[in-house]
Order: sequence, then structure tokens, then C-alpha cells
Amino acid sequence: MPIKTVYTAQIDHLQILDENGVLDEKLAKDTLTDDQVRYLYEFMITCRTLDEVAFKLQRSGRMGTYPQNKGQEANAIGSGFAAKKGVDFLVPCYRENAALFLHGLPMHYILLHWMGDERGNQIPEGVNMTPLSIPIGTQMLHATGIAWAFKLRKEARVAITYFGDGATSEGDFHEAMNFASTLQVPVVFYCQNNQWAISVPRENQMNSETVAQKAIAYGMPTIQVDGNDLFAVYKATRDAVERARAGGGPSFIEAVTYRLADHTTADDARRYRDPNEVEAWMGKDPIIRLRKFLEGKGLWNADLQAAHEEKSRAIVAEVIKTAEGIAKPSTDDIFDFTYATLPAELEAQKRTMRTASLAQEPQQAGLNNPVNA
Amino acid sequence: MPAFELPTVDFSKPLPSRDGTRLIQFREALREAMSEEMRRDPRVFLMGEEVAEYHGAYKVSQGMLEEFGPKRIIDSPISENGFAGMAVGAAMYGLRPIIEFMSWSFSLVAADPILNNVPKMLYMSGGQWGCPVVFRGNDGAGGQLGSTHSWCVEGLYANVPGVKIVIPSNPYDAKGLLKTAIRDDDPVFFLESERMLGDKAHVPEEEYYIPFGQARVAREGDDCTLVSFGRPVNFCLEAAAELENDRISVDVLDMRTIRPLDIDSILTSLRKTNRLVVVDQCWPFASIASEVVTQVCERGFDWLDTPPVRVNTEDVPTPYAKGLEYAYLPNKDKIAAAVRKTLG
Ligand SMILES: Cc1ncc(C[n+]2csc(CCOP(=O)(O)OP(=O)(O)O)c2C)c(N)n1
Ligand SMILES: [Mg+2]
Repeated sequence: MPIKTVYTAQIDHLQILDENGVLDEKLAKDTLTDDQVRYLYEFMITCRTLDEVAFKLQRSGRMGTYPQNKGQEANAIGSGFAAKKGVDFLVPCYRENAALFLHGLPMHYILLHWMGDERGNQIPEGVNMTPLSIPIGTQMLHATGIAWAFKLRKEARVAITYFGDGATSEGDFHEAMNFASTLQVPVVFYCQNNQWAISVPRENQMNSETVAQKAIAYGMPTIQVDGNDLFAVYKATRDAVERARAGGGPSFIEAVTYRLADHTTADDARRYRDPNEVEAWMGKDPIIRLRKFLEGKGLWNADLQAAHEEKSRAIVAEVIKTAEGIAKPSTDDIFDFTYATLPAELEAQKRTMRTASLAQEPQQAGLNNPVNA
Repeated sequence: MPAFELPTVDFSKPLPSRDGTRLIQFREALREAMSEEMRRDPRVFLMGEEVAEYHGAYKVSQGMLEEFGPKRIIDSPISENGFAGMAVGAAMYGLRPIIEFMSWSFSLVAADPILNNVPKMLYMSGGQWGCPVVFRGNDGAGGQLGSTHSWCVEGLYANVPGVKIVIPSNPYDAKGLLKTAIRDDDPVFFLESERMLGDKAHVPEEEYYIPFGQARVAREGDDCTLVSFGRPVNFCLEAAAELENDRISVDVLDMRTIRPLDIDSILTSLRKTNRLVVVDQCWPFASIASEVVTQVCERGFDWLDTPPVRVNTEDVPTPYAKGLEYAYLPNKDKIAAAVRKTLG
């Protein structure tokens, strides 16, 4: 009996706008209009400005630990733009700020969050996103559950979940992929493969050549895209979102990108990264190639650039003012949001915590408790 | 695996003096303990996220990759369930894993191996398969890390028989207790605190082993017994110093291990002071403080002049904001108020 091949697979890599700003017209067909590209480019600059200012705020002690998005913005912007605002849901980790902003999250919320204020995760009505998820990997299962709810409720919505290359080592990743594909739910798994998980390079994180191929094991459509190419990101995500909305189930996108900054402000990547590698990726910055593209089309020039940078700085200054102007949270907050309805014993604790500890006041033991009376 | 016999630890040897001038950080004391044991015993290895190339997210394993090489200092993928589960197998086949959780908060991802496998393996195999793994890492509120990253796991995990739980409050104890943990034939959960890793104290250069289940009297006094473990021991000492100004003197007991729990030392102190305050950085409900108070009531009720008082965190998730986190945790003021309360 001869040995038969029972399965073969291949992974496609999609790039539409190359590092020099040269567009593949054929692949770009029906993707982004010139106006849209210009709008998203301007938006990218504003987001980069915010990111850099956030870094400085941390350094000057005005903000806690912050994970920079620098260099990865095309991912959040291209994919976020491909999802329907107000309809689809974003299920993020912590390195896709721009997608959240595109879907309506006011910028100061992100600053508020990293300043250590829970209210940064108190998402405004009408913005379809879940709170930032810091435990690595957990949000992928949540996205799958949200998509399952869409399916049961017969709503034509799609969930996009974001995670890093490192997160694919968690069991949650594999369980989410398996569930999503066996249940055929409308979810898009968007992996920002930025080559590093803190100090661990991708090749030590996994032995597979691509991240995209992991999806093959789960029978899921999968593609690798140039994550610094706004067009490729947009096209791949839009296709995946449309497929999901049409009942075609989940998809996987591996976006090859690079974390130009440190892991977070608590890290110093110079200790473990080759400066030549960083240098090479600087040249692949999504902003540089978009600018070249727009300038080549006569849609952009140095004056417009200067004007928009100026405008971005003003926007960001306003955002900081808003974030810092919000009064510090009160101790009441920590009790008010622990249960849907404040239980009597927490009500008592809320009153007494400033002066006393557990069981020190009669109220806390449940005796003479006016709340119970 | 070649048979490898270690001499048993002689706990009757007196411990070296705590006084001296060899001031090193808590993290260095941990490193010293691991390195000394690794030099002696080729079965010991360290695995976890960022422990090798990066020297640990909190620089505990600085220089260890260079000394012991990548087969014994192992950077793992981000797979807590994976490396905790592998440690179970490695320990069953004779190795002595030290597993670093970047934070004990992430051990929740590995609940099955650490709670369902490790503590039960010996029991379920009728004494055949031991699981001598040391799991270690940062525990408790690390300073504005938010509610998912600030877990105090001791309250949760202490409920499970089969594990030993160690929680040092200072560099001297950290070294001696970690060495004992590595030599122990049972699984040990070793809880550190990000907030103490930079603390400095005299740590003897020589090797020493602190036995489990022996509290340390960190300060002596007559009016009240203050019982604590881990980082809050330091808050108790601050409170004790402040109370001294009002001529209130307290015994401060540093339990050092939670399982086993040295209840006898607490009762001995209580016989002198007749008052008890237990300070615990976990939530109050079904906490270790509750356990201490229960055991004291069962065995020492007659020595209590006033009701015992617990100082725990507030009964809510750990807040993210700086001021709120402080207000939520046990602190000097809450402890001093609790002591005064027992004095009426
Ligand atoms: C369950 C869990 N384990 C470990 C960590 C600590 N941690 C935070 S970020 C990170 C690296 C994540 O890398 P990757 O998924 O590639 O995302 P990136 O930060 O590169 O965007 C680690 C290990 C965590 N937050 N949660
Ligand atoms: Mg990464």
C-alpha cells in the first residue's frame, strides 16, 4: 500500500504597499480610497503623537507603566477601519489603541487607564469594546464567547480579538481557536506578531515558521500579512469580517510587524535587541511608506505634514488636560463596583475603612447595623 | 537518571546571627539560595518566563544563565499551565524543578497542575510519586498593578492539603527558607513580594536552612500579640514602633510559613499578652487570619481578655489607583488602631 499524502497546506503572505510606498494597483483594487488613506494617515500621526507623549508622561511620573504602540499602528488602524463601528466588537489586549479610538473610545480613556484609574475601562455607551485585557491570552476565549452570543441571537456582528505572538503559547489561544472553528462563530483572530514577547524572540517562543500556520490545525482560513502595510491589513481584515458576517465562521490573521519601542516603560529593550534589527525595522515604519505613497500621488507635502503634526500636538495636549483634570477616584468606588447591589456588610466597610479595620466597628460584625435595621 | 542522594538537612544546627554588615537585597538572597542548591544538586533547574536571558522580570536570576547554562536556566514560552504541568512530570521522574511565576497572579492559569496534580500525586500513588517542585514568584499588591495582577494567593491555596506555603518578610529568612524549600521532598509554594525585592538586610554568606513551621519573634512586648506573615510583618513593626510612644508594647510574630502554621508560638505569646491581632494581606473571608483566630479560639480561648481582631484588606478587588490601593491594604494605621481596640 503506497503512502498517500492526506493533507498539504500553504501560507500566503499579503503585501500591497511596500516599504518604498509603491502600491500593487491590482491588489489594491476595491480597498481604500485616496481620501480614506489620507484620513487614516493623519489619524496615524495623531496616534503616534499620543503614544510618544504617553511615554514622556510616564518618564516624568505623571503616568504608570505604559506599553507603546509605536511602529504597529497600521495593524490597529487597518483592521479597526475594516470592522463596522457601532456594530462589530473589539476584544483587545493592550497594544491596539488606534482601533479603539476609531471605534469611538475617547483618547483620554487610554491615558486614564494607564494612569491607574479603573474608570479608563468604563467604556462609554455605544463604543463596542471590552476592557483592556492584561492577563495574556484570556480575551481570545471571551471574543469567541461574544461571537457565540452573536450567533445565537442572530445578530450580524463580528468580534475581532487582538493578541501578540507570545500569547499563542497560552492554552487559551488553542482552546479559543478550537471552539471558534468547531462552533463556526463570527470571530477574527488578529495576531500582532511584533517579533518579541518582552525579551523572548519569536523563534524561541514557538518552533513553527509562521504563526499563521497554527490556524491550519483548526481548519480555519488563515493568512500572513505585512502588518506595517495599511492596505494589506485592511484587505485581509475586511475579507475575514465579511466572511464571518456571511456565516463563514472564524479567520486568522498573522500580521508581521515590529515593536519599535520597549515592551513597556518598565523595560529597556536595548539590553536584548540587536540595534541593527531595530534600525532595519525603522525603515519599514508604516508612517514612512504611507507618506511616500501620498506624496507620490500629490496628496501630501511638507507643509501639510507640519500643519498636521502641529494639530496632533494640540489634540494630544487637550487629551492630557482632560485625563489629568478628572478628579481622583474616591474610596467609595472600590466598594460600589464590587457587586451589582452593594451588600450591607460592604456598605458598613465603606463607611468605616478610613478609621478602622475589619470587625473593629459593631456595624462590621453585622450588629447594630443601620443598613440592616 | 542516576540515583542521587543528598545528606539530610540538619535542622538542629543553630542558625547564624541575623546581625552583621553583609547587606544584600531580598532578590540577591533568593538568587544565593537557588545558586547554592544548584551547585550542589544537578537535578535542580529553574524555569519560567524571562528567567534566563532577561535575568528574570524582577532580576532575581541575574547571572544564573551565565553560571548554569540554558539547560538549567530555562526561558519558557508564555505558557504557565504548560511549564507548571511539565514540572510535575519532571519532578515525578526525579528532577527538582524551581518554577518562577512572574507573578502568582498568573499561577491561576495553571490551577490544574498546581492544585489538582502537585499536592495530590503522592497521596494518590500511595506514597510512590512525590512532586518536589518549588513554585515561586511575586505575590500580593505590587504597586498599582490592578486587580488581575495583584493576587494574594496564600488565602486561596492554603486551603489545599499537600502543599507547604512559605512567605518570608525579609532577606535573611528568604535565603534560609528557600534553601529549605528546594531541599524539601514535598511541593512548596514560595511567595515573594515585588515590593520587598529591593529591601536590604544582613544575609550570612554561609549556608543555612530555616525549618518550616517555626515563627520568629520579630519584636517583644507584653500588651498584645501581633501575628503576621510576608510583607505586612514590616507594617506591624512600624505600628509597634509607633505604639511604643504611647507605652504600648507588642509581641510581633513573623509566621514565616503558613503551612505548616506554628500555632504553638502564637499561644505562647498569647499567654503573656492575652490579646491578639492578626494582620493578613488577603481578603478577610475564609482567610488565614480567620484560621489563626479559629485555632486560637479553639485552643487558647481562656487566655483571651478581649475579642481577637483581624486586619485584612478591604473585601473588594484590589484597586488600581495609588491612593486606593494603599487604603485597601493593611497599613500601619489600621494595625495600630486594631491593637488599641484590643486594649479597650
Ligand atoms: C497570563 C500572563 N502571563 C504572563 C504575563 C506577563 N506578560 C505581560 S506582557 C507579556 C509578553 C506578551 O507578549 P506578546 O503576546 O507577544 O505581546 P506583545 O507585548 O509583544 O504585544 C508577558 C509575558 C501576563 N500579563 N499574563
Ligand atoms: Mg509580541
